[in-house]
This record gives sequence, C-alpha cells and structure tokens, in this order.
Amino acid sequence: MKKIISIILAAVITAACTSLLAGCSGNKTDAGEVNVYNWGEYIANGEDGVLDVIDEFESETGIKVNYTTYETNEELYNMLKNSNVSYDVIIPSDYMISKLIDEDMLLELNFENIPNYDNLMDRFKKLDCDPESKYTVCYTWGVTAMVYDKTKVKTKTDSWEALWDEDLKGQILMFNNSRDAMAIAMQLCGINPSNCTKDDVDKAAAKLKEQKPLLKKYVMDQVFNEMEKSQAAIAPYYAGDIATMMDINPDLDYAMPKNGSNLFYDAMCIPTSSKNKENAEKFINFMLKPEIAAANFEYLNYATPNQKAYDEYLDDEIKENELIFPSDEYLDKCYVFTNVPNDVYSYMQEHFVKIQSD
Amino acid sequence: MKSRKPSIPYIVWMVVFTMIPIVMIGFTAFTDNSGNFSLEPLKNAFYYKNVFLKSLWIAFISTAICLLLAYPIAYLITRMKKSSQNTMIMLLMIPMWMNFLLRIYAWITILQDNGPLDMALSMLGIHATYIGNTGAVVLGMVYEYLPFMILPIYTVMSKIDPALIEAAQDLGSNNISVFRKVIFPLSIPGIISGITLVFVPSASTFLVSQYLGGTDDIMIGDIIDKIFWTDQHTGSAISLILMIFIFVFLVLMNFFGDEEAIA
Repeated sequence: MKKIISIILAAVITAACTSLLAGCSGNKTDAGEVNVYNWGEYIANGEDGVLDVIDEFESETGIKVNYTTYETNEELYNMLKNSNVSYDVIIPSDYMISKLIDEDMLLELNFENIPNYDNLMDRFKKLDCDPESKYTVCYTWGVTAMVYDKTKVKTKTDSWEALWDEDLKGQILMFNNSRDAMAIAMQLCGINPSNCTKDDVDKAAAKLKEQKPLLKKYVMDQVFNEMEKSQAAIAPYYAGDIATMMDINPDLDYAMPKNGSNLFYDAMCIPTSSKNKENAEKFINFMLKPEIAAANFEYLNYATPNQKAYDEYLDDEIKENELIFPSDEYLDKCYVFTNVPNDVYSYMQEHFVKIQSD
Repeated sequence: MKSRKPSIPYIVWMVVFTMIPIVMIGFTAFTDNSGNFSLEPLKNAFYYKNVFLKSLWIAFISTAICLLLAYPIAYLITRMKKSSQNTMIMLLMIPMWMNFLLRIYAWITILQDNGPLDMALSMLGIHATYIGNTGAVVLGMVYEYLPFMILPIYTVMSKIDPALIEAAQDLGSNNISVFRKVIFPLSIPGIISGITLVFVPSASTFLVSQYLGGTDDIMIGDIIDKIFWTDQHTGSAISLILMIFIFVFLVLMNFFGDEEAIA
C-alpha cells in the first residue's frame, strides 16, 4: 500500500511540475514574443545592482522575451542550420556574420524601426563583415589581450611571445578555441590572421606545438577561475573579461601586444527563421538606448559601440582605460577576422584538435 | 499468443531514438562531404588511437578502483541493521542529486594550489600539485561513478538468502570460506552490472579531463566533441569505433555473467 501511495505521489508531483511549465510557456501576452539567442552571460541581468534589461523591455513593450544562450559561434550556426527552432534576434561575431550573410541566413533590417541606430559610433556603423550595413547592429566590441599575475610575471610584456616563455612553464594558459589560438601563433609567424590559407595554418600549428609542453591548460571560461584564484601566471583572453578578472583579483594586470591584436565585435542580427521580425527590431532598438547600452556595458565590461552611452553615462576613468577603449591608433593596427573558407576552417580545427591529442 | 500491442510505444521509441541515430552515425562515418562512400573518416579516426587507448586505460583504472572501493562498502552495508542500510544508501545517493559539473567545480576548489588539500598537506611539509594530471582525472571519475558500482553490488548481496550462509556455517565453513564459497559467487551478477555501469560511461566521458586534467589528459569524448564542430564524418567514425569497443565489452561481460550463473 505504502508503495502505491508513493508512486501516486510521485506521479502527482511530476504532473504538477509539467503543468506548471506548460502554464509558463502558454502565458503569452497580446504584444507577442521575441526569441533572443545570445551568448551566455552577455546581457545585464539585474545582478550587482545593474538594470535587468530583459525585464525592463518586457514591462515597457509587453513583448515576452524567450531568452536562450549559446557558448560558441559554431553552436549558434549549427542551431540555425540544423534545427527547426526559430530565433528572432541573434548576436554572432564578426566572422560568423560574414558566413551567415554569404549563406543568405540573415534578413535585411528595416532601419526605420530602429531609430536609435544613430547612437552608434561611426567606426561601428559600418562593419567589415557587412559593408553595406544592411544586416547588423553592433552590440559590443573589444580586443584580445593578455592577463597576467604580477606576483608571478615580473615585467609587463608587449608581445604574445610571453605565452611561449620557458620560465613560466606549466603556468601558461591558452585559448581552447582554434581561431583565437591560431591567430596568436600566426601573428608571431608574421602572417595576417584576418584570413588565412592551409599553409598559414600549418605554420601556426607548428608554433602551437612548440607551446604545448609549456602550457598548464587550454581554457575558455575556466580562465576566470584560474586567474582569479592565482592558479596560473598568464593567459590571453578578451579585454572585457580581463577587466572583470582584474576587478576580482588585484594581483592581475593586463598587457597588450604592441603590434596590435584581434579586434572583434558582436552584432545583433535577425536570422531568416525569424517569425517576429518587428518585435525583433523593437528589441534591437531598445538595446540601442543609451541607458540600456550603458547598463549592459556596466555588467559586461565589453566596450560599447554606443556613442551616446559613452558620452553621457560612462565615467572618465573607464573611458581612459586603454584595455577597454584602446586608442584609435591601436585599433588601426588590429585585425578583424573574416570568414575563412569552410575547408580551411575545417583544416584549422582538425589541426588544433591534433595538437591537443598528440 | 500474447498480445504485442503494449510493447508498441517502446518499439517506436527504440527505433526513433536508438536505431535511427545509430544508422545515421554509421552512414555519416562512411561518407564524405558530398555523400559518397569513403573510408577517409575511418582513416582520420585512427590518428587519435593514442587518445583512444589512453581513454580506455583511464576508464579501466577508474573501474578497477571503483570495484575495489565499492565491494567492501556494499558488503559492510548489507551487514548493518535494515534502517541503517537505508540511511547509508540515502547518503550515497544525495551527492547524485547535484549537478555533475558543480561537483567537478568543487573538486577543482579542493585540489587547486592553495586549496584545502594543498594547505593541509603544506602544514605537514608536503608540497605538490594535485590538479592537472591523470590522477586527478581518475579521482573525478571514481568520485562520479562510485555509486553506480555500489548500488548493484549492494542490491544483489542483500538478496542473498541468509539460510545459505547458515547452511555453509552448519557444514563447517569459517567466515572466510563462507565469503569465498557463498557470498562472492552469488554477488558476481552485481559486480558485472557495476563494471558495465562504470566502464561504459567513463570510457566515453568528456569534460572531466578538461576540468581536472592537464594538456596531455584529453579524452576521446573531448576529441569527438571538438571534431564534430567542423567534421561530422570523422567524429562519427570515432564514435562508431567507440561503440563497437563498448559493444564487444558488453558481450564479453554478458558471457562471463552467464558462465558464473551456471556454475
């Protein structure tokens, strides 16, 4: 008897949970919805006293936001290409945008619905991946740089060569991402990484092979734990995240390679699978409001392309931070990733996996 | 003849979620990008044979350690009062309610430099690095899969008829031979399912080595994960080889299981 009761109880609990879930998803408002697919932890979410941007948007417009996240551009691409899920706003990076445009996977934006577009800085109105500015609205940008622990590395470096330093053997971290890792190696081999051939990949792979015995680990998100808890000496990473790490661990400092690094940006786009294009444009327009862009910047630490937010909401201290807002001269030395042909990208990925497996 | 209707939903489930995916993996493993038959993916897959062997080796070691730890624990639990038995099993289960990744993060915190373990051992004058090596990966796996070894062994052992043990004692067996002649042979089915439940997932696991291991501890699961980004054919070929290995392993285990049941 006891068993039967417990089975019934379990069934009831399960049923209650599922109906609750169903209740949530069925709870649509009249203004419709917008499906936003963004990077993980890439929007101000109400933590640490910043604005909850999604909440704000929902209460202002009455549009329900279905928010999901991805970890890599490739994951985003696979979801768009191979699944039937419909997204209205996506935020891919530079080279992925070129790929999506090449493959006709983005819709042209109706800029009449996005009047706040004028708030953008001129440099970020016209992105290399979208020369006619038809598909994209820049969301954030930044450069790659190095973060190092002052207690372990005595002199501030100005070259990626520091990641190959024998003296730091076992304490160096490296990007666990073929494109970023290969780009650093290519720069050291004197190759422009913005686009590349299989030959360039071979040279970069050889350089990375030399580095492997010196490494502690290949990391992406784990870099936060490693650097914040002083487990490693030096790592390359994205500027905004380096600023976040430096806030937490005062022993950390940044270093920028003097001959430039990777300038990357993520931009809001509408994929062809979108079913709520107007709501998507409303969402994009909302994200361009100076106060919203400023809230996102405060949370993310990734530089904002929003001129109005920069002028009106940011402290002078942060504006002068060379890591977050590098000078125009520095940005001119930087390279932007373009879409490499499929076979070269595949070759690059394969070699990166091979380096790790040897 | 019994009606087969009740089994239809399960058959549909199996076909849709087991058979079709396996056929698709097999198909992808033997084709190239344009869909023609090709042995190239299989050839590429062999590049990773060292990682493959190392993964099987790590899985083997983890399974062996799990068995060595789990068997005495399971045996001791069956010797307890019924109420304490339930409490012990409950305590084994509780960690499994938490997300696996969170528990791996906890191990990172414990093992890292200046973490609790390092601090404690430093006080005794021992300095070492405890994370970023194969040992840490094995530790993570043992921790993760230990309950899957204990539970089946415990279940089988607790079902052994006490009358058999008494009979052995009446016939003059001491404790050692009771264990050797009665308890151990009867617990073999539990050991077999325990080994299966631990070895199979640990051979194909990923992330554990990425979090606890160093640059040389990458496992075949991680390779499949990465290679699938751009090359689904090679990824499928590696998966297929792994599946065949596991299948052969399961057949062998079943074979042993049956033998013992007869004897």
